[in-house]
Amino acid sequence: MTVQAPPVRPESRSDAGVPGNSRTIPRHGRLTPYLFLAPFAVLFIGFVLVPAIFGLWVSLHDYNYLLPGQPWVGLQNYLDLFTPGSRDSGDFWHSMLATGIFTVLSVPFLIVCPLGVALLLNRAFRGRSFFRAVFFAPYVLGVSVVGLLFRFLLDPNIGLVNSYLGHAIPWTTDVPWAWVSLVAMTVWWTLGFNAIIYLAGLQEISPELYEAAEVDGASRWDQFRNVTLPGLRPVVAFVTTVTLLASANMFGQAFLVTKGAPANETRTAIMYIASTGLGSNRQGMAAAMSYILAIILIGISALNLRLSRRREAS
Amino acid sequence: MSSDLSRRRFLALTGSAGAAAALAACGGTSTPPNTAPVGGNGGASYSGPAVTIQFWNGWTGSDGATAQKMVDQFNKDNPNVQVKMSVFQWTDFFQKLPAAVQSGNGPDVGAMHIDDLPTQVAQGVIVPLDDVASALSLKDSDYAPAVWNGGTYQGKRYGIPIDVHNLGLFYNKTVMEANGLDPEKPPTTKDEYMTALDTLKSKGIQGTWVSPFQFTGGFMFESLLWQFGGDVFSSDNASATWNADPGVQALTWMVDLVKNGYSPKNVGQDADYISLKNGKNVFNWQGIWQVNEATTLKNFEIGTAPLPVIGSTGGVWGNSHQFVLPKKTTTDADKSNASRFFINWFTQHSADWAKSAKVPAKTSQAQSADFKAIAGLSSFAADVQFTHFPPSVAGIGDALTELYTGVQNAVLLKAEPAAALGAAADKANKILASNKKKYGA
Repeated sequence: MTVQAPPVRPESRSDAGVPGNSRTIPRHGRLTPYLFLAPFAVLFIGFVLVPAIFGLWVSLHDYNYLLPGQPWVGLQNYLDLFTPGSRDSGDFWHSMLATGIFTVLSVPFLIVCPLGVALLLNRAFRGRSFFRAVFFAPYVLGVSVVGLLFRFLLDPNIGLVNSYLGHAIPWTTDVPWAWVSLVAMTVWWTLGFNAIIYLAGLQEISPELYEAAEVDGASRWDQFRNVTLPGLRPVVAFVTTVTLLASANMFGQAFLVTKGAPANETRTAIMYIASTGLGSNRQGMAAAMSYILAIILIGISALNLRLSRRREAS
Repeated sequence: MSSDLSRRRFLALTGSAGAAAALAACGGTSTPPNTAPVGGNGGASYSGPAVTIQFWNGWTGSDGATAQKMVDQFNKDNPNVQVKMSVFQWTDFFQKLPAAVQSGNGPDVGAMHIDDLPTQVAQGVIVPLDDVASALSLKDSDYAPAVWNGGTYQGKRYGIPIDVHNLGLFYNKTVMEANGLDPEKPPTTKDEYMTALDTLKSKGIQGTWVSPFQFTGGFMFESLLWQFGGDVFSSDNASATWNADPGVQALTWMVDLVKNGYSPKNVGQDADYISLKNGKNVFNWQGIWQVNEATTLKNFEIGTAPLPVIGSTGGVWGNSHQFVLPKKTTTDADKSNASRFFINWFTQHSADWAKSAKVPAKTSQAQSADFKAIAGLSSFAADVQFTHFPPSVAGIGDALTELYTGVQNAVLLKAEPAAALGAAADKANKILASNKKKYGA
């Protein structure tokens, strides 16, 4: 914001230099925008930026904050993770694979199912608010509640589900069943959140577009494809990114329901990082693992945003 | 259960933990004062001014309620020393305690397991308390040797034994009787065990569910390993030995229970114990800490007995709670004396503590008439002579985790016992080597 009026605008020239009587007078001080940003900036710097940089520093040490010395190891933690046969590489990449499997299996369901639910909940019918609340309700439960619930529902020998099925399906102790369980419970648990976002997006689409489409003789399917989906595109991009990151950070479900069984096949990357850093107090190695996971996630998110932008452009 | 960790205190704690971590990062070698507080008479009595001391532990079950009752009694008897007890989940406990100690906000007294002591000593979280042991004139002859020796590390005493909690045989008397087995004669040998299982199998009951998880399949394997004459680690604790012959025999026996239909496949977390309470399972190798609950069931009568001897000798997994003194950044002689006095008092009242389903650490108390009168516990006391404890080595828990994964691999029929144990031992050996480097020999 400049204080001086631009000289090329004759109508404002007469006002120039007369304080309190000009359209060009600053409406706020120079610092105002920064002051508005300050609370977030403080939190961001304090809880994201500084820890992230400190984490990088930690990852270059054999770090245990309780021991007197933190020996500098340079890139050794990273090298170890890429050296087959080292203490961590096998387990770490196995846990990354588990995270990858879970993400690939869960994200499509978490994008499509909530959309279906949102479309249904967007129609006018009696008791709509009630059903909106019902679908959102599981999301307010903590992971410990959901985990314990599903552990007993899905127990292979004494669980309710197998009791109804009449088969001893190993829902929590063998793959692929454990993946089915983890994905299904995650969809049940978090579907409401994505559905609410979709619902907000649906309500943003102008009803006139649907009317116009109807006048043109578009079927319901045509309307969905040519009005609803394009209207939701930015929302879908957002939901996809958020869901990808949430799935890649899965921890509580596997920690409680399968405990990594069978033999760590469902131990996710975050579970392994947590047990390395907080259980074994090897913060240096855990930080290195976190950085590798973070870099991969940044790459995937960037790719996802780029793809959706290209789709938008076309 | 009381938890006096207010939000403000929590914020102060976590904040200072972060600050401590940051400081440690900058300073590199900064450590709080390492001296044990001046112990006065080691806690035989307390005559100083009124103080309040903090006592942290991980007793989230019925043991927490029992401990709180004892603390209340102590506070009533000793108005000059008020104890405030905070209970955490054990996993949280071992994240919070070191951080709190580092930042000078640690408690005055703590309790932890015997195998946690070395790690916490190496990390500078707890201080020696030899003076307490001598003031209380505690002697090795008063205790089972493993319990007594487990409280020491590198020649110094860091733990005052409180109890022993070990594995035992829980059996469903009601189901036994209904199927023609004598509920007063639980199996004690391999032959008796298999005969009973065969009888049950013929009636369509899978009589001994084998858990693939640490609780309690992992403990069952360790017990069997000792019964077959093996051990978990070499005598210098430098390498895992569970993959030798005795281990393979032990795990093969466990896995065969599953393969031959004495146990269902894919037993879930805690399902072995829940099914015992449901009357679907009959014999469960379970921890003493479940006695209080198991003996109060209405539909089924649950008995407890020493573990049957499957191998050539007795062998039982066990652990022990021990009092510890966390390191303080400032020395407050009154508080440190009061802390020792509290430990002294609690130890003398461990007959009350036994009511939370534990065997008192002192042999004399474990053999007292009072203790024997508590239903369901005496068989565990009888097994203390065969009980083995995790070794006193810093970071040993990381290596044991690999063992439990290996056992799970085999019990879920994912790998042959020998292969599963071998792979687990390879990993554990790497961990032992890197721990040795990290914590020193």
